[in-house]
Amino acid sequence: MAHATISSKTHVRSDAPFFAGLIILGGVYVLLIAAMLAAEVAYTSPDDLLGALGSEKIRYAIKLSLVSCSITTILALWVAVPLGYLMARYRFPGKWLIDALLDIPIVLPPLVVGLALLVLFQTRLARAFEDNVFAVTYAIPSVILAQFSVATAFAVRTMLVTFEQIDSRQEQVALTLGSSRGQAFWFVVLPQARRGLVTAATLSWARALGEFGPILVFSGSTRMRTEVLPTTVYLELSSSNVEAAVAVSLVMIVAAAVVLLIVRLFGMEKSPTQL
Amino acid sequence: MIAIDNLCVTAGKFALEGISFQVAAGQYAVLMGKTGSGKTTLLEAICGLKRVRSGTVWLLGRDVTSTKAAQRGVGYVPQDRALFPNLTVWDHLAFALVVRRWDKRRIAERVGELADLLGLGHLLDRRPPGLSGGEAQRVALGRALSAHPQVLLLDEPLSALDESTRHEMHDLLAAVRQRTGVTTLHVTHNQAEALKLADRLLTLKAGRIEEVPLDGRGNGAVSQPAPGAEVRP
Repeated sequence: MAHATISSKTHVRSDAPFFAGLIILGGVYVLLIAAMLAAEVAYTSPDDLLGALGSEKIRYAIKLSLVSCSITTILALWVAVPLGYLMARYRFPGKWLIDALLDIPIVLPPLVVGLALLVLFQTRLARAFEDNVFAVTYAIPSVILAQFSVATAFAVRTMLVTFEQIDSRQEQVALTLGSSRGQAFWFVVLPQARRGLVTAATLSWARALGEFGPILVFSGSTRMRTEVLPTTVYLELSSSNVEAAVAVSLVMIVAAAVVLLIVRLFGMEKSPTQL
Repeated sequence: MIAIDNLCVTAGKFALEGISFQVAAGQYAVLMGKTGSGKTTLLEAICGLKRVRSGTVWLLGRDVTSTKAAQRGVGYVPQDRALFPNLTVWDHLAFALVVRRWDKRRIAERVGELADLLGLGHLLDRRPPGLSGGEAQRVALGRALSAHPQVLLLDEPLSALDESTRHEMHDLLAAVRQRTGVTTLHVTHNQAEALKLADRLLTLKAGRIEEVPLDGRGNGAVSQPAPGAEVRP
């Protein structure tokens, strides 16, 4: 009986070139990041770092950055969760327009975002707010608003994708069990969105920490007032104090690394959907 | 009971037109039909998960055509079970009671009853990824039964199970029916399953419901109301 056989002469291509290509292409970028970090570490010294941390102005910038980034992240999640859920689950007139608007802060040059905020707060309504409630422009609230305007766009995109990945069928079944849409969201959907929430929070926090352009235009670069860490790097560089600028940038790298490490450790905890 | 009168439902490019039938209180009706004939669409319309273009759905003497799914008092087991991955088996059995704000003692009692009925006592702390197919099906059934629904809708509940598990589930469904007396509409494409469980056997063919006498002789649209007759529960 004739039957198919695998010929010993059948040529199977080696996988080595494939993996070599992946490693080379990806490795170039990883090496670039590692080289940048190594160069920064090599350029600075413990004295420069201690000097930077000992400076009252830089300590103020660190405090303002940590506080403003945290507030921004909380506000960003407050917006991103409902907005991401709406966009993921429902069709409504003008959805395409809102979808496009949500990407504007991501694609616009940061200076343009700052300029748009500055112009917005020149309007009559905004001026009345500042006169009667609290000052925003060139004050600490402007730092938070500038960070929020950009960071939230990333948080919304993350939550939108997160909710799209959760099967809406589960919410439908929850409705048949007597739950309202709000209960279905709270008991069924939100627990499954935990990892997305952590990712959205991390992205928002990291983006807020690195925000410079909008803050420079909208909040100014006033030391001991609206100065955040990116502003400090800019001011120290402008004063030709490269050592201090590099020291501060290392502080930012360490802060970002700590946050990312915490998030990775949290993310490594098995989700209920993992076997 | 369930009474459907001239129901028209559209689901994407698929449509059901002019469906009418009734299931008496306490009956176990099995609806058969080929894949793609609209069985799931029909169940979802009865549940309130699909909008009805025209026609009426009556459940327990009430016109529920415009009623929200949450208020229809139906227990629904979908074909894909749609268990909640983050919740334990205990949470699943308690879900319908928690959203109705039952007190904790009553919830615990009811969960205990369901666990005994469905053999889930040793699984209450587990989550869906840790359940076998048969266990997951029991949880889906328990979840649907927890708030004492008067109508139970089962969408191919046994299709994903192996032969021996399916036989166990046949016995379980019979036991549930015996204990609760719930009016059931069970959808399947498995004839042996249908013949084993059904008090009444209906088929959905070319958008029309027909009743199949269980002795296998003849056929006829016995369950269709006479033209011009009103369907009332």
